[in-house]
Amino acid sequence: MDFETVIGLEVHAQLLTCTKIFCGCSTAFGRPPNSLTCPVCLALPGALPVLNRKAVEFAMKMALATGCRINEQNVFARKNYFYPDLPKGYQISQDTLPLAEGGHILIEVQDGNTKIGIERIHMEEDAGKLIHDEANRASYVDLNRAGVPLIEIVSKPDLRSPAAAVHYLKSLHEILVYLEICDGNMEEGSFRCDANVSLRPRGQSTLGRRTELKNLNSFRHVQRALEYEVTRQRRLLEKGLEVEQETRLWDEAQGMTMSMRSKGEARDYRYFPEPDLVPVVIDEAWVAKVRADLPELPQARRERFVSAYGIPAYDAGVLTSDRRLADYYEDVVRLCDRPKIAANWVMGDVMRLLNEDRRGAHDCPVMPESLAEMILLIEEGVVSGKMAKEIIEQMYRTGRPPAQIIAEKGMVQITDEGELDATIAAVLEANPRQLAEYRGGRDKLFGYFVGQVMKLTGGKANPKLVNDLLKKALHHD
Amino acid sequence: MELHSLTIHELQDMIRAGGTTATRITEAVFQRIGAVEPKVHAYIRLMKEEALAQAALADEDIKRGDIKPLTGIGVALKDLLCTRGVPTTCGSRMLQNYISPYDATVVEKLAAAGAIFIGKTNTDEFAMGSSTETSCFGPTRNPWDTDRIPGGSSGGSAAAVAADECIAAVGSDTGGSIRQPASLCGVIGFKPTYGLVSRFGLVAFASSLDQIGPLTKDVEDAAIMMNVLAGYDPRDATCVATQIPDYRKFLGRDISGWLVGIPKEYFAEGTDREVLDAVEKAVQSVEKCGARITEISLPHTKYCVAVYCIIAPAEASSNLARMDGIRYGLRAKEARDLAEVYTKSRTDGFGAEVKRRIIIGAYSLSAGYRDAYYGKASQVRTLISRDFDEAFRECDIILTPTTPTPAFKIGEKVENPLQMYLSDMFTISANLSGIPAISIPCGYTHAGLPVGVQFLAGRFEEARLLQFAAAFEKSAAVEKRRPVV
Repeated sequence: MDFETVIGLEVHAQLLTCTKIFCGCSTAFGRPPNSLTCPVCLALPGALPVLNRKAVEFAMKMALATGCRINEQNVFARKNYFYPDLPKGYQISQDTLPLAEGGHILIEVQDGNTKIGIERIHMEEDAGKLIHDEANRASYVDLNRAGVPLIEIVSKPDLRSPAAAVHYLKSLHEILVYLEICDGNMEEGSFRCDANVSLRPRGQSTLGRRTELKNLNSFRHVQRALEYEVTRQRRLLEKGLEVEQETRLWDEAQGMTMSMRSKGEARDYRYFPEPDLVPVVIDEAWVAKVRADLPELPQARRERFVSAYGIPAYDAGVLTSDRRLADYYEDVVRLCDRPKIAANWVMGDVMRLLNEDRRGAHDCPVMPESLAEMILLIEEGVVSGKMAKEIIEQMYRTGRPPAQIIAEKGMVQITDEGELDATIAAVLEANPRQLAEYRGGRDKLFGYFVGQVMKLTGGKANPKLVNDLLKKALHHD
Repeated sequence: MELHSLTIHELQDMIRAGGTTATRITEAVFQRIGAVEPKVHAYIRLMKEEALAQAALADEDIKRGDIKPLTGIGVALKDLLCTRGVPTTCGSRMLQNYISPYDATVVEKLAAAGAIFIGKTNTDEFAMGSSTETSCFGPTRNPWDTDRIPGGSSGGSAAAVAADECIAAVGSDTGGSIRQPASLCGVIGFKPTYGLVSRFGLVAFASSLDQIGPLTKDVEDAAIMMNVLAGYDPRDATCVATQIPDYRKFLGRDISGWLVGIPKEYFAEGTDREVLDAVEKAVQSVEKCGARITEISLPHTKYCVAVYCIIAPAEASSNLARMDGIRYGLRAKEARDLAEVYTKSRTDGFGAEVKRRIIIGAYSLSAGYRDAYYGKASQVRTLISRDFDEAFRECDIILTPTTPTPAFKIGEKVENPLQMYLSDMFTISANLSGIPAISIPCGYTHAGLPVGVQFLAGRFEEARLLQFAAAFEKSAAVEKRRPVV
């Protein structure tokens, strides 16, 4: 029987606010355990949550970027369950009135773009972390992460293959990072994913029984776990067996999913509206303000780079892979109007230098003005391409503009014909034997003379001019 | 008159006139406590040392002429309010040794206003009760008859004010927990509009109903306390940013021509005859002030207790989830795994009434029942609220008995929780609808037990409510008796 795979993803993204969603504690990662806590995120008796409006704005950005409808009335709800990493005994989340609903993103699959529906995006708080000490048979709780803002992005069951799921996930990741509302770090858990998978006979419209997969900590895990699970379910169905509705954990080491809890053990979260928070009203004006601050999204920007700058799709892809890099590139182009040359420099030396230092384009010491200036200096023949390679290194180390470096190092090309003629004359005079051989037909010696001129000028002679003048001198006499 | 029996404004007048000192007042209060506390048991913890040190500092201020609204005034705090340095127990074994690292907003405000904290008063466990009998520290006794309960849950605060073991007290009111004990102890109890006083640092019972308010010896003191307690707090998202007038300025103003609604549903069967008689006299006093009386209907009144019995436990079941034995509070030592840490700690830490409400609350929120219970109760709550909106379109004030009976005997209703819940039947509606309400003494039964009358006003109408209460207080001139402990 031919089965169709149906996948829906639930993505949790940590928002990059400076402080937690319901208190003023820092959201910094990797600090000593429980050093970033207060009565609110420790859930001490009497402490109350107060909403961080920045977190709402960040969440709104994602909602707008994915074409969701933002609900005017936003109600927080308590999701009740006991676990030591959840200090209040409930997570403040959203239930019936989430932040946003009904959006979509486009993903590129083999046969063009496919729309993947976004069911809803809601805000909630992260839990703390448990650290288990097997040796001492003890468990510790670190609540630094408790209260870090999260958004949960729930897709519609529109994904038809593990590859499409990963594609969708990467697109979400790219958008979140582009919006600068999430650092996208999967290892540190700032971008997490659960997957719902089911199979159904092709052509059937109702959904098959699904399993929920957890512990998918990288794109690779997502792909492997989904592939495993699809195969596992297919085998069951082919044998005429049923898929049990359950939550399964991906074990990367063993390369398989394992049952964690069945439907019978499913938790009852006893949701109810959070009485400690008033509903957040998101009016048109607020939406408009956030919308106005929205950057151009990666997909649109890629397309524009190709059409407006005439650069190859590959270049556009590289340059827009990072929002700040794309901004940098556009600044350079605006100043020199040489899109392709600028692309080569940015993708070449600039990215190499930045990568060596693990630096972002936003704090590149080579200012866009400087790079633009250098591109024009090359074009004007003031510096050679080879000199430029050295100059950009200097620009990167010192942060100075090219003109200054050129002046300091005396790196301006010699384009004075009289001066070059004199140098050529001196070279020919100093090498009578070679001159005779050349004239005797050893054309290859032309390069030797160029080299000698370059050596005498310290490499500063304009190569094209040297060529022209040398030819003239050799054939003239 | 002895200092401990005076009001805030009387003592402040004396302080200003150089007639007494903070230290003398504080000493007088502790002397009184020494005499009557063994019989009343209003306090869970006394703060004598701290209070005397505070008083000495207050006297320095007084010498400099720096006299704040509560300078030198001994205030008792319900032990549901977080205080740095001394335990905040909530009357529960769970938090018996818990010391908050921070002060509740109202505690900060009272301290900033010069108040001297006398101690932490007894309360039903996590404020769940109407008699102070569910406290793990044992019941508080009514100073008017120590065989009787003082009401609850702020029974310790009410008894302390009534027995002159403090000058004024602070309580919290979720379904009547300030007004009902105030009524049974013959003092003033004031529940402000939901959102007027910050709840930050009040250990939550039912978050959408809880509100902090004062218990005092007269209306003027209630106004003075409200001047200090009210006001926006950025740490409580439900606290409303509203202009706070000087409530004292409204006292003494005329209320003639005001329309006072008497809801017929609050005078149905089941209310004690002597209570009804006293309330009837109160109505006459109101009329004497020139106010007009009209019978009104609050048609959804009969659902108040039922709605409350769903919503309050539902919220409580969630609010008390943090008492899990992990970070603070009681943790069962013999627990072998996580499930046992939870079950044993909570089994040992919570008393029967708290457990009952957690179970009811969790049940009413659980899958398959949520819509029928919590959902339906929330809808009816809106209807109850609308009844009041409707009534206040016409009326300035609504007048009802505070409680259906005077103080009952200790142990009388412990085995009958439904009977116990009904003692809040007249007070719950103000919490469900968020409106301000005051209980004020209006007479005594033949046995000499105090009876209170309740006045309710529209949201954020505390100035007018206090104005009305002060006019009534003057007009009624209820005989000032002192309980003999």
